[in-house]
Amino acid sequence: MSAHVPAEEHAHPTPGTYAKIGLILFVLTALEVGLYEITYGESAGSFGHAIQPFFIPVLLLLSAIKFALVAMYYMHLKNDSKLFSGVFVFPLIIAAVVILALIALQAYHWSFARSVG
Amino acid sequence: MTDHAHALETSTGLDSRKLAIWTFIGSECMFFATLISNYLVHKGKSLVGPFAHEAWKDPATGKVFEPIIEIPLVTVGTALLLFSSLFIVLALYGAQKGNRKMLIGWLGATILCGMFFVGMQVYEFTHFVHKGLTLSRNMFGASFFILTGFHGTHVTIGVIWLATMLVLALQGKLTPNRSLNLEMAALYWHFVDVVWVVIFPVVYLIR
Repeated sequence: MSAHVPAEEHAHPTPGTYAKIGLILFVLTALEVGLYEITYGESAGSFGHAIQPFFIPVLLLLSAIKFALVAMYYMHLKNDSKLFSGVFVFPLIIAAVVILALIALQAYHWSFARSVG
Repeated sequence: MTDHAHALETSTGLDSRKLAIWTFIGSECMFFATLISNYLVHKGKSLVGPFAHEAWKDPATGKVFEPIIEIPLVTVGTALLLFSSLFIVLALYGAQKGNRKMLIGWLGATILCGMFFVGMQVYEFTHFVHKGLTLSRNMFGASFFILTGFHGTHVTIGVIWLATMLVLALQGKLTPNRSLNLEMAALYWHFVDVVWVVIFPVVYLIR
């Protein structure tokens, strides 16, 4: 064996850490659904209406946290080689740009279509 | 040779199979980005119902189409998929430590969660078709079935992959020095999970 230790041999989290992350993921999902119920559910009142502008940003933030937790701890990107992170994150950035660009393009298309009647 | 650290020594010091699965996952990110984009750009563009969150009355027939989305059912499926991600890392931990009981138990639990998720999706799709939403009914139906259908297909492939790992584990062939085989399947499974982490709010919660 060479002196160079493969990055994949770095220590991975323990079952206790995995369970804590699982609990956090469960709580975040419950928060997402709870937020939906407060904002749009049958019992949503004036408070629900008031927080509607914050609904999508908060939901996307919660999703991003869940995504990052799974990638860092369950997929071991936190401990593994940075090359794996790069191979995953670079296409992820392209994916995000593609989504935003297409939304912007379609928004422009529909606004243009409306303006010309 | 059975020890992958020796068998697959590379200039980067990383296992080429692991790099390959990460590259594949990277490509899958872009694949799902196109499907999510497709869903988002067609959101709210349907001319006829049924719709995701609002009831719709057909002006020609007077028939009322109820909102399609049922949050409680999908929330259960989402929770199962998240728990399955926990179970598969515990199974991998068992494989790496040579704990066969832990490996088989958690791997079996992961497969069960995956099967429940696929079952939930089959039930949901059938239910939606009965409520009048088909692939060709409107923009929502087309983009919804394409996006969630491809995800469901990925989950099904993951269940089959994990089932083969379970067979290997039961045969005693998933030893610690071969645990990379399970790690690759686990990475794919986690990816399927993180895609759902995005799809769930985008499709089911955002109005």
